[in-house]
Amino acid sequence: MGLESFAGPPRAAGARVTSLDWRPPAEGDSELALKLARLTAHPLVEAANAEALRRILDVTPLWTDVVTARDALPVLAGPDKALLHAGPPLAWAEMCGPMRAAVVGAVLLEGWASAPPEAERLAASGDIAFAPCHDHDAVGPMAGIISPSMPLLVVEDAASGRRAYSNLNEGGGRCLRYGALGADVMDRLRWMGERLAPSLRAALRSLPEPVDLRAVTAQALQMGDECHSRNTAASALLLRALAPALARQEALGGHEALDFLQDNTYWFLNFSMAAAKLATSAGHGVAHSTVVTTFARNGVDVGIRVSGGGDDWHRAPAAEVDGLYFPGYGPEDANPDIGDSAITEVYGLGGFALAAAPAIVGFVGGTPEGARATSRRMGLITVGRHRELRLPGLDFEGSPVGIDLRAVTDTGVEPVITTGIAHREPGIGQIGAGLTRAPMECFTRALRAFPEPPAP
Amino acid sequence: MVEPALKTPAPVNAVRPNTYVDSVALMRISGALTAFPHVEAASLVMGTPANRRILADAGLLADEGARARPNDLLIALRCPPGAIEEALAEVDRLLQKGWDGDAQAPPPGADEPPRSLATVPEGARLALISTPGPYAAAEALKALRRGMHVFVFSDNVPVAEEVLLKTEAHARGLLVMGPDCGTALLDGIPLGFANAVRRGRIGLIGASGTGLQQVSTLLHSYGAGVSQIIGVGGRDLSTEVAGTSMLDALDLLAADPDTDTIVLVSKPPAPEVARAVLARAAEAGKPVVAAFLGAAGEDVPGVRTAGTLREAARAAAGVTGEDSPDTASPAAGFGAGRRWLRALYAGGTFAYEAKQLLAGHEVATTATHGSSPQLPSGHCVLDLGDDAFTAGRPHPMIEPAVRTPWLAAALRDPSTAVVVVDVVLGHGGADNPAGAVARVVSAELGALRAAGAPPPVVLGFVVGTPEDPQDFHGQVRALREAGVVVLDSSTTVAETAADILAKIDGGAL
Repeated sequence: MGLESFAGPPRAAGARVTSLDWRPPAEGDSELALKLARLTAHPLVEAANAEALRRILDVTPLWTDVVTARDALPVLAGPDKALLHAGPPLAWAEMCGPMRAAVVGAVLLEGWASAPPEAERLAASGDIAFAPCHDHDAVGPMAGIISPSMPLLVVEDAASGRRAYSNLNEGGGRCLRYGALGADVMDRLRWMGERLAPSLRAALRSLPEPVDLRAVTAQALQMGDECHSRNTAASALLLRALAPALARQEALGGHEALDFLQDNTYWFLNFSMAAAKLATSAGHGVAHSTVVTTFARNGVDVGIRVSGGGDDWHRAPAAEVDGLYFPGYGPEDANPDIGDSAITEVYGLGGFALAAAPAIVGFVGGTPEGARATSRRMGLITVGRHRELRLPGLDFEGSPVGIDLRAVTDTGVEPVITTGIAHREPGIGQIGAGLTRAPMECFTRALRAFPEPPAP
Repeated sequence: MVEPALKTPAPVNAVRPNTYVDSVALMRISGALTAFPHVEAASLVMGTPANRRILADAGLLADEGARARPNDLLIALRCPPGAIEEALAEVDRLLQKGWDGDAQAPPPGADEPPRSLATVPEGARLALISTPGPYAAAEALKALRRGMHVFVFSDNVPVAEEVLLKTEAHARGLLVMGPDCGTALLDGIPLGFANAVRRGRIGLIGASGTGLQQVSTLLHSYGAGVSQIIGVGGRDLSTEVAGTSMLDALDLLAADPDTDTIVLVSKPPAPEVARAVLARAAEAGKPVVAAFLGAAGEDVPGVRTAGTLREAARAAAGVTGEDSPDTASPAAGFGAGRRWLRALYAGGTFAYEAKQLLAGHEVATTATHGSSPQLPSGHCVLDLGDDAFTAGRPHPMIEPAVRTPWLAAALRDPSTAVVVVDVVLGHGGADNPAGAVARVVSAELGALRAAGAPPPVVLGFVVGTPEDPQDFHGQVRALREAGVVVLDSSTTVAETAADILAKIDGGAL
C-alpha cells in the first residue's frame, strides 16, 4: 500500500501482490487511525461483532397487532403532552420545515389546538415533550411524528417477545410524514385511526398466525424491492395475505382499507422499518461490538449509535439527497436527509440491497450493474450477510448486514441510503426520491468516543 | 405567491394508451426533457387519479390528460406550441432508448481492489507500507493484527509508535522491517530498493538499507549468494527500540536451515543494544559477522566484528588475501590550494563508514543549502538523503538530479581536492543514476581542463550487480568516461580518499 512502483519487483519475482486502493483512514486523523488499528482484528471486538450479528439475524419479526400509540408507549400515555419524532433528539426551535409541519398536524389531530398558529405556539411553549422514536422502540419515516392517538403496528420477535413499533403508512402524495398539511391530510389521518386500524387489527387477529415479515421481505427482494424506497412487491404480498380477512371486516372499515391499500405501494415501508428496528435493537448493547445499530435523521442532523458504544448519538449535519424530482421541483426545494427509515439500511436493506431493485437505480442515473456494485461495496463495510434475505443480482448472496464502524472509517466507504425527498418548506410534502449517504463524520465521531477494550 | 407571467404557455398533454413505464424511468425522462430546448416543464406519469392530482397541483394538467386512465402514459409539457412536436418526438426517442446508465458504473464483473488491510483476503503473509509517515504505524498494526509481517518503507514515524509495533510483532512471532526500511530480500522476493543478487547461504540483517545493498552486491561480486536480506529500520538499534527486530531476525536466521552465515550491518548502535545483539549473535550456532560502523569494537566469542562493509562481505564470503584490491591514487599533484574532501553521498551508511575511515581528520557533516549549496571551508561528508537535505524534495536515490547542484559546487570550488559520489542501482532505484553524475562531472572537469586548471580527483563506486535492471557495466563506463575514478566499494573509496588527504597533509601532493 502506498507507492505502486514497489509492487512491480516482488510481482516479477513471483510473489502474489495485491495493491490496495488506500486512502488515509478516519478522515485523515492519524491518532484516530491508530485507535482504529488497535481495534482491528481485536479478538474481543471480533467476538462481540459476531454475537451482535447473531442476535440481529436470530430475530424473527412477526406482525402481531395494531394498537393505539398511547396504549403501547408509556411516554405517550399522558397526562403530559408528548410527541415522538424521527432521528436524534432536537428541540422545536431547531426542527426543519417538514418536521414542524408534521408536529402541527399531530397537535391538530390530538385536538391540543384548533388551528396551525395555535399549534405552533403550543409547540414553542415547552408544554410538549419531544423525544426520538428510536428511544421508545419505535421508528417513523420522514418526519416520523407519532402522537398518542395514532395507530401503531406491532412487530414482535417470536423467541424473545421483544417488540418494536411503527406508525401506519399514509401512502404517496400529500402526507403528514413529508410535512404536508391540509384537510385532505387530516381527514386521512383520522380515517386511519377510526377505520383502517380497527379493521386491520380485527383482520390480523383473525388470521391463524401472525405475519412473518422476514418471509415477506425475502420474497420481495426476489421481486424487485429493496424494502426501503421500493416496497411495491412487499406491499402487494402483505395485502394478499390480509385481503380476504380484511374483506370480512366490512363493518369496521375493511373495504375502505382494501381500497386504500390497493393504491399504497409504500405500505410495507413501515413494516420493513419496524422489523429492522426490532432486529437491530436486539444487536444493541453488546460490549466491545462496533456494529452500528441505529442510523437516523431528523432533517437537520443525522446520528448513529453503535452496539458497544452505549446509547449516545454521534451526529453530523444531514446530507443532501441526490435524486429525481416531481414536476415543478428541484434540488433547491429539497430538505436535507430526514427520517428513521434508514434503519432498513442498518438491517441490510435499502442501499445495501440495491442489487435486488434494478427498477430504482435510475434515481441517480445508475444501471443494474451499478446497483450490484453498490451492494458489493456495502459488503466491504459489513460484518456479515443475511441468511434468509438474498439478492438475486448478486447470484443470491445474502444481503450485506451489520455495518462495522471500523470498516466505514477504515475504507472511507459511506453507507448508501435510498430515500424520499421532502420539501424544505412546511406543509408541501414529498417532491422526489433518490440516494444519499450516511456521512463519514458521524462515524469518525463514534470511533473517537468508542470505549477501547483492553489490548489483546 | 407570484402571479404567473402572462406569456406562460398553457400545459399540453399527450396520452399513450395502455403504455406502462416504470415510474423511475419516467422521472428520468421527465428530467431529461426539462433540459430540452424551449421546454419549461415536463412530467411523465402513469394516468392514475393520484398522479393526475399532482399534475393539476403543478399546473400541468390539460383536458386530454384529465381523461387519462391508470394504465395510460400521460405526457405533460409546458412549452411554446412550436416546440411541442419536437419534444414529443424526444419522449418517444427516450422511451425507446432504455437506460444507457452512466459512464461511472464499473464494467460488469469488475471487482474493486481492497481498500484496507483489514479486508485483504486471508493468506497474505506480508504488508509493504509506503504511506505518509503519520499513517504508517496504524497500517502496520493492522497488518500485524491480521498475522502479516510488515515492511515499512515510510519514514517520519514517531519512535514511540515503532516501539509499539515491534513489541506487538515480537509477541505475535512476526517481524517488523522498518520504519524507514529501505531494502529486503525474502525468499528471493525483493522489497523496496533491492539488488538482483545470487541466491546463496549467507543471511543479512541490517539497520541500514544502503549498507545491506553494498554488502549483498559485494557478496555477489565475490561469487557468493544470500539466503535472506532483512532490513530492520535505521532506529532499530537505538536505546528506545533496543534492537527488537534485529534480535527477532537473528533468531529466525539462526533457525533457518538455508542460512550458514549471518552478517549484521548497522550505523553506530547504542552501546548497550550492540552488546545485547552481539550476545545473542554469539548463541546463533553459526558464524556471525557484525559490521556496526563506528561502534567501538567489542570482541565477543563466536562473532567476527568488521569495521567496514567490504570487510564484512569478505569475511562472510571467506575471501582472503589483500584487503585493498583496487585502491587508486591520482598520478600527479594538485594545484596549490586544493585541500578539501567533498563526499556527497546518497546512501547514509556510506557517510558513517567514511567518517570512521577518516578518523583523524576534522570532517563537517552539515552544510547550508539555501538557494545554492554552501560548502564549508574544510572537509565535509554529507548524507544528501538525510531529512535536512530532502525536506520537500525527493531522495537522491529516487531522483539523482537533487545531487547535481552540490556536485557542481564541489567541482567548481578551487579548494576541493577530492570529490566522492555513490551510485546505487537495483529495483526501486532511478533508471540511470550514473547519468546525472556523469553529465556534471564531465562538464565541470572539461571546463577546468579548458581553463588549464588542474582538476580535483573524483572518486565513485557503483552499488549493484550485472543482473540489476539498470545496466551495471554501462553505469560504471559512463562514470569512467566522465572522469570518475570508479572503485569496487564504498570502503575502498573512503580509504582512497583518506590516503589522498594524508598525502596532502604530508605535503606529498
